[in-house]
Amino acid sequence: MNQLPPDVPAPYPVIDPLECKSCGRCVMVCPKKVLELGDELNARGYAFTRYKGAGCIGCLNCFYACPEPNAIKVHLPAKET
Amino acid sequence: MATQLIKGNTAVVVGALYAGCDSFFGYPITPASEILHEAAKRFPQAGRRMVQAESEEAAINMVYGAATTGRRAMTASSGPGISLKSEGISYLSGAQLPAVVVDIMRAGPGLGNIGPEQGDYNQVVKGGGHGNYRCLVLAPANVQEMCDLTIRAFELAHKWRMVAFVLADGVLGQMIEPLRFPETSTTPVTDVNWAVDGTAETRLNVVTSIFLDFDQQEAFNRLLQDKYAQVEAAEQDSEAYRLEDAEIALVAYGISARIAQGAVDAARAEGLRVGLFRPITLYPFPKDALREFVAPGGRQLVCVEMSNGQLRDDVKLAIDCACPVHLVNRMGGNLVTEEDILARSRELARSAGGRE
Amino acid sequence: MEQVVQTRGLYKTFPRKGGAAQTATHYCPGCEHGVLHKLIGEALADLDLQDRTIVISPVGCGVFAYYYFDTGNVQVAHGRAAAVGTGISRTQNNAVVVSYQGDGDLASIGLNETLQAANRGEKIAVFFVNNTVYGMTGGQMAPTTLVGSKTITSPEGRDPVQAGYPLHMAELINQLRAPVYIARVSFSNMGKLRRARQAIRKALEIQRDGKGYAFVEVLMACPTNQKMNVEEATRFVAEQMEVEYPLGVLRDRAAEAVPIVRSESDYAKETLDRIFSLDTDRAPDAQLTPDAPTFRVKMAGFGGQGVLSMGIILARTACQAGKFVSWYPSYGPEQRGGTANCGVVMSGTPVGTPLVTASDILVAMNRPSLEKFLRDVKPGGLLLYDAAMGEVTPPAGVRALAVPATRLAQEGGSARAANTAMVGVLAALGGFDLPERAYREAITCNFAGKDAVVQANLAVFDHARAWALEQELP
Ligand SMILES: Cc1ncc(C[n+]2csc(CCOP(=O)(O)OP(=O)(O)O)c2C)c(N)n1
Ligand code: SF4
Ligand code: SF4
Repeated sequence: MNQLPPDVPAPYPVIDPLECKSCGRCVMVCPKKVLELGDELNARGYAFTRYKGAGCIGCLNCFYACPEPNAIKVHLPAKET
Repeated sequence: MATQLIKGNTAVVVGALYAGCDSFFGYPITPASEILHEAAKRFPQAGRRMVQAESEEAAINMVYGAATTGRRAMTASSGPGISLKSEGISYLSGAQLPAVVVDIMRAGPGLGNIGPEQGDYNQVVKGGGHGNYRCLVLAPANVQEMCDLTIRAFELAHKWRMVAFVLADGVLGQMIEPLRFPETSTTPVTDVNWAVDGTAETRLNVVTSIFLDFDQQEAFNRLLQDKYAQVEAAEQDSEAYRLEDAEIALVAYGISARIAQGAVDAARAEGLRVGLFRPITLYPFPKDALREFVAPGGRQLVCVEMSNGQLRDDVKLAIDCACPVHLVNRMGGNLVTEEDILARSRELARSAGGRE
Repeated sequence: MEQVVQTRGLYKTFPRKGGAAQTATHYCPGCEHGVLHKLIGEALADLDLQDRTIVISPVGCGVFAYYYFDTGNVQVAHGRAAAVGTGISRTQNNAVVVSYQGDGDLASIGLNETLQAANRGEKIAVFFVNNTVYGMTGGQMAPTTLVGSKTITSPEGRDPVQAGYPLHMAELINQLRAPVYIARVSFSNMGKLRRARQAIRKALEIQRDGKGYAFVEVLMACPTNQKMNVEEATRFVAEQMEVEYPLGVLRDRAAEAVPIVRSESDYAKETLDRIFSLDTDRAPDAQLTPDAPTFRVKMAGFGGQGVLSMGIILARTACQAGKFVSWYPSYGPEQRGGTANCGVVMSGTPVGTPLVTASDILVAMNRPSLEKFLRDVKPGGLLLYDAAMGEVTPPAGVRALAVPATRLAQEGGSARAANTAMVGVLAALGGFDLPERAYREAITCNFAGKDAVVQANLAVFDHARAWALEQELP
């Protein structure tokens, strides 16, 4: 896995466990394979997706592939100028 | 005041334009086509929109779209086209959208013929589409009323957020009479409380007819029925002709009422106490006035219609069968004749006790 | 500054949905309807179009699109979105109309509305979800179902002999001249999804600029009814649907297209009065004169003999003279080639029935008409018939006069005005007691704007009237 130097702020996805319907589209499209379906069920009964915690490159694939409007946000750090 | 000799169908377009109608959507059908022709000519002259739709279904749905934006919109057709519009009329009613539909009735069922008939009464007055809805129904009897009741139809449609019909027949559509032009014109104002017109002000609004929840759907149905009850209290309209001392009242609307009026005069000339009760609103049916007439007892009603007793059934309902209700009718494109009405009036007067 | 990429153009919560989960869509897990919603919403937000936009929710799984789009919303009948969009767009020139439809809705029940709106080039962006089945109703065959595909209503697979072939909507619409933009897209990999995003944006830019019709077909599966997980669904789209329905931009005329501007309504009474020429074309109001006799006149002849306009001239004359009057024609196809007739009633009191059954006067221009209507002439009534049909023996009590109408018209200077000649004869012998001025006004009005025709008809009228005044009625 392509580790970024620790002092450079990294992009990261935020998955709302409640909104995820566990379809797996984000897992399928993540080029870095840093998303996974967990075993834990949310209040609506879905085994929601989790971010493994590191390795996101901010490609937004998961955001666009996710059909649920409120399930995924992606944080992108400010661009260096 | 200006008067012109004008065709009934043309008078509808005059009324629509002075009422501030923004758009007309139609599809050709005899005997309503002149409304489309005249709209094609006149609407653009006043900057209004007219589209010849691909079908009556499309036309009524274009009306649905225009009505969604809060504008005054209309369509016109005859029986076969009204059948196709029924889906859209149910949706308009479910979404509480105001619109005006003109039906120039011809003979049916099926393709029938283009002669005048009044066989669309049930379809229009009872609602030809699905669900617990009603439409306001106005029944003109002359060219003047083709215009004036079209104007009233727009006012009522927007006042109650309902579909308002102008229900006429081939004779009224095709005949020419003098029309006194309206003295004023209306500049309509969009009701931003419910319209969706593509502006910031109405962005939060939604026009829909779905309630997935049964209780919500029922509550909406009750709300509609409450509205209809108010309409029934407020909007009944009728006209009485030589009714004060009548023992027999002819009940007729539209062209049949005019023929019946002639029969009243002829009967009176023979000393028969015959009068005419003419509903101007078919929904709400003017039952209060009709009940008042039959209340003293000893009176009889004769429904004169160009249909199979559809009006008669409503008359019976309106008066709770409080007195005998007879039927003189023709169908298929034929008109009732004064002679038929007169003959029946004589017969009834005789059997009612030899009164003269 | 850190940027957070999140859904835009859709509501944050969905209270219209009701129930417990008002932050989630009603779509099945993995269904790409939500992806399309997000892309449309994002483009609307980026283009700053939400205030101007009205999204049309169809009947199908997209029926509740109005739960989500933060725009004006309208829900419509199955298949009728294009017609509703037409009505909206025609009345609100500035509105951005977005129609969101499935394949049952757009390509089956609404095919006519779809093609006709496209052909008129309506200002609508259509987003067409082709998922090869009817989703909402439980997976029936759609017009777009692939050959061999099993659905509930094609349990052995779609058989083209029974059910035809998959309908290619983008290609069909590409046969029409008016559409500005036509594309077919899918989300089956991220490159395709990004191209889809561009196409959606393009369709909405065209609406922003009021340039006309844009059609974006979006291929997707229905994981629920096709019983597929998202990987199988994605493969189905990529390996089967995209083979049948090739992706691409079929047309892009956005650059050349010019904005379509609809007229503004003019509500002024003066405008309407002018349109109807109320300053020049006006008649006096009828005067109540109960003692004046009522005349019921029947006129009949071949279509093309001017029978109907003869009646209108007479009615107009009576109207100009302050009578109550009506005119009622035979109408419809029978006018063509066949016989035509009309009835004119003039009276000192409001006209009851406009029908002329028993007539005071019959004007017959041909023999079939004569035979049809002669028996309805009242005793003491008058028959005027065209002399060209030869001798006629009227029933007892009916006065009859043969009128050489065509000759009188020729002599008067206009061979085509036999009907006006009859009016001249009626003026002399009808017994109406209408002022000559009224006839002249009626003729002038009837041919308004055609001065030479007016003059010719007035001449024929004068000549025929003079002729008639010298005739002896029996
Ligand atoms: C006039 C009418 N006929 C049938 C229906 C039932 N109906 C509801 S949704 C639907 C099919 C929708 O399929 P599609 O347009 O493919 O959309 P999807 O559900 O696949 O998104 C049908 C037939 C209806 N609502 N109205
Ligand atoms: S933004 Fe890209 S890399 Fe990051 S989690 Fe989402 S799909 Fe994976
Ligand atoms: S039924 Fe099919 S099309 Fe409808 S929401 Fe579910 S997966 Fe999507």
